[in-house]
Amino acid sequence: MAPKAQKQKSSDGNKKTKQRKTKQTLPDREETEPANMENIGHPEIYPLVLTTQTQEIFNCRIDEDVTDGKPYKLIKKEDILADFKNRAAVSDFYPVKKVIQEYPGDELLVVYDKDFRYGLNFYLIGTEEGKENYLNYPEVPEEHEEYKEYIPEDLYIYRPPISKPWVSLGSEKEIDEESVKESAKQITYMISRKRREFGTPIKFRDQNASSVKDAYIECTAYSDKNFIIKQLEKDVGMQVVPNVKDTSTQTKWTYPQNVAIQYYPREFSEEEKEIFGQSKPLINFLNNASISVEIALQQNEIMNTFIDDWKNLAEEEGTFEDKTDTHLKEYQSFTDLHNLAETMVTSVSWHPTIYGLIAVSVAVRLSFEDRVHFSGKLLLQPSLILFWSFSDPIHPQLMLESPDDIFCFKFCPSDPNIIAGGCINGQIVLWDITAHADRIENIKTGGSSSKKVTLKPMFLLEPDSNKEVMYIRHCAVSSIENGHKKVITDIHWLSDTFEINRMGSVFENRNGICCQLVTCSADCTICFWDIRPQKALTPQPVEKKKEESIEIPYDVPSTFLHLDLSWKPFTKIKLSKGETSLDHCPTRVSLSEDNFLYKTQDKVSAQSKAVKTGEIHPYQSLEGGFGNNLKPIEDFCTKFFVGTEEGEVIYTDWKMERDPDTGRMMAKKPVNLYTVHDGAVHTVQRSPFYKDIILTIGGWNLAIWKEGVTTGPLLQSCCAPKRYTAGHWSLTRPGVFYIGREDGYIDIWDLLEKTHEPSQSQNICITMITCIKPWTFSAKQQFIAIADYYGTLHILEIPWTLSHPSANEVSGTSHYFEREVKYLEYVEQRKKIREQEKKEMDLELEKKKSKIGHCLFFCTLTNAD
Amino acid sequence: MAEVEETLKRIQSHKGVVGTMVVNAEGIPIRTTLDNSTTVQYSGLLHQLTMKAKSTVRDIDPQNDLTFLRIRSKKHEIMVAPDKEYLLIVIQNPCE
Repeated sequence: MAPKAQKQKSSDGNKKTKQRKTKQTLPDREETEPANMENIGHPEIYPLVLTTQTQEIFNCRIDEDVTDGKPYKLIKKEDILADFKNRAAVSDFYPVKKVIQEYPGDELLVVYDKDFRYGLNFYLIGTEEGKENYLNYPEVPEEHEEYKEYIPEDLYIYRPPISKPWVSLGSEKEIDEESVKESAKQITYMISRKRREFGTPIKFRDQNASSVKDAYIECTAYSDKNFIIKQLEKDVGMQVVPNVKDTSTQTKWTYPQNVAIQYYPREFSEEEKEIFGQSKPLINFLNNASISVEIALQQNEIMNTFIDDWKNLAEEEGTFEDKTDTHLKEYQSFTDLHNLAETMVTSVSWHPTIYGLIAVSVAVRLSFEDRVHFSGKLLLQPSLILFWSFSDPIHPQLMLESPDDIFCFKFCPSDPNIIAGGCINGQIVLWDITAHADRIENIKTGGSSSKKVTLKPMFLLEPDSNKEVMYIRHCAVSSIENGHKKVITDIHWLSDTFEINRMGSVFENRNGICCQLVTCSADCTICFWDIRPQKALTPQPVEKKKEESIEIPYDVPSTFLHLDLSWKPFTKIKLSKGETSLDHCPTRVSLSEDNFLYKTQDKVSAQSKAVKTGEIHPYQSLEGGFGNNLKPIEDFCTKFFVGTEEGEVIYTDWKMERDPDTGRMMAKKPVNLYTVHDGAVHTVQRSPFYKDIILTIGGWNLAIWKEGVTTGPLLQSCCAPKRYTAGHWSLTRPGVFYIGREDGYIDIWDLLEKTHEPSQSQNICITMITCIKPWTFSAKQQFIAIADYYGTLHILEIPWTLSHPSANEVSGTSHYFEREVKYLEYVEQRKKIREQEKKEMDLELEKKKSKIGHCLFFCTLTNAD
Repeated sequence: MAEVEETLKRIQSHKGVVGTMVVNAEGIPIRTTLDNSTTVQYSGLLHQLTMKAKSTVRDIDPQNDLTFLRIRSKKHEIMVAPDKEYLLIVIQNPCE
């Protein structure tokens, strides 16, 4: 049916174009186009009404030309066209005029429609193909077309489609209905903006939709009753169960507990104790137990079984320095550069409490004749005791003035601000530097400003403005007539534990401070002095005192004002040699209680003693008088050692005794006298460790004595190559002492190492050493001050080996001394034995002599050595 | 009475003995040469220690019993002689 479709299409196309134009053209279409059976699928069939006249014209009269057997009639197209001309609109073919005109063939087929199938009695087939089809298939009814369709299926002959003009079959109506057409005209909006606003940033802002009218349209939900269904029935299942819950807690079970508190110890009363004492079981128990207890006690007494021998074998550990270093190291040296005269140092003393302070007494280096010669000049120069401090080697801190050269001086042990010195003229001088105590105590702060140690020439040397060297005048001197007549060679403060009266008896010292001195001088006397004001034994006229009162300068303290120039010793002991007029000339004295100077750790107790009487300085308020109420000390050893200028060591007593002949008080005869040394004894010193061991040095040798051993010295050295001029025990090592020689060497003796010669020798200076004084500041620092003949004071540091004793040194040294004592005893015994032997030998000789002749030859001398 | 004192004095006179005391079985001192507070301290402590030592010896060997207890310290040696009812305590300084 393709060609038909094509034709349809073309006619449809015509229709469509007509449709697009206007809707109103529809009825026009119907006028021009003949109605066809398009709507039943046969667009080529055009129903016609042929009248009888028409039938006659064309020879298609019903039942004559067109019968049932041949219902069609081919009519020529020209006849129809002629008909049109003849009858025009009356012609029956007028409705299909166009079709006829367009009919390509010559003959048209008209078919008699007997049954009026197509509505009219005749129909025209407008297409050649339809004609063909009808002719070929004379059974025209549509039902038969189906059969016809079957038959060609057996032999399908492909007929290429012939394009036919589109025949409208009513499909354009459907398309029209289905197509979307704009019902309303489209509205166009044109929005324009100002040119300058192009591209500007857009600012958006919020706006509440409800605030602006018609900003939004909402469809509010509402409950439409039409759509509400109420549930009138509900199916619910239930189960009834008991509500059970499981919980648990833990509680603390507090249970009562017995607690007892004892706040005082249980004790027995006295009666109960008594009862116990009586009880038999206790006695038995004690008897049994005491046996084993006593065994145990004795075991401990016999031997200490728990000694760690290994540990005891070891030496003390913890050395800070090289142990092999045994030399004294030079630390500092002090020389007085102000003094123009050539001076020598006569005595050195460390300050007992202040670190780094040392006092030196200097004297002019002249012999006796020269002194006499220059006596006028010497008077002008002040004699000084200089105080040197480690912090300032150029300027002495203090200078104590004295009327004449000091040959010995000592700090008072109870109060380091009191210094007593012995002059060359026999006077004792006392200083009180309490006022300047703070100056010397705070030396470090003042000395830091003058750290420069550049040596300037002497005329440029000036004391710093803030550090004026103070000349401190003495505050008391002894009486010239009553004191010593010659140079005082030694001065000592007596210990503060006892005091002596005129008889030499010893009493207890209630003051707690040192108040007595002992001096010995070249005028062969030993004097005891008391610094307390004496009660006037002889009434002196008052006027005389007034005349004698001299005006005292304001800066001199008045501590010893009572003593000034009127000070007398209360006891004098003359060391006479008996019948001869020559007396012993003591150079050094050593009392039994003399070693308090070495005890540096006692300084605290000394200070506390000094401040015992509250704020008042004890020396300011000395009460005079002798022991009226003082208790005498019994069993006090009043003997002491004296070294003389001839080299003798005397052991004598200071207690006076009544001479039976004259009734006067006289000194006792010396107990012992030893001539040991070759020169003047310059050192008589007790060991700091043993109270009864004394070292005496003089001339070219030294000797060690033990008090109580009268046979002789424990040790006497052989002659040294050089003369010994100074000596001192070591403060920390019991077997060590230092000896200074006249050539500036120091000999260090160690008794545990060698006893025949010094263990070490070290050169200190070029000239004679005049004084040696060691001092301990701490466990690590020990210094030794060595003064020489040229006025220089050298401070050296003692190395570890010399300052620290080994573990058994004390016991070793004491054993050594004991051995020496035993040796002396043995020697004594041997002497006796030898004497005995000698006697026997003599006797034998006598016997043998009595025999005649040849017996002499056969005498053999037995040498029982 | 005199015997007790004499024995105690004899023990006390040994070399180095610092103190002696007799204590009963409960630790209450009966006789002493030291002051009260020291005595009470020593007796209380040593009594407990002796009990402990005794029980230790007994635990190791039930046939055994403590006869003497010596405690040596750096400074002293404490000797305890126990008995059924009493305790004798002696403190000695053994170092010479």
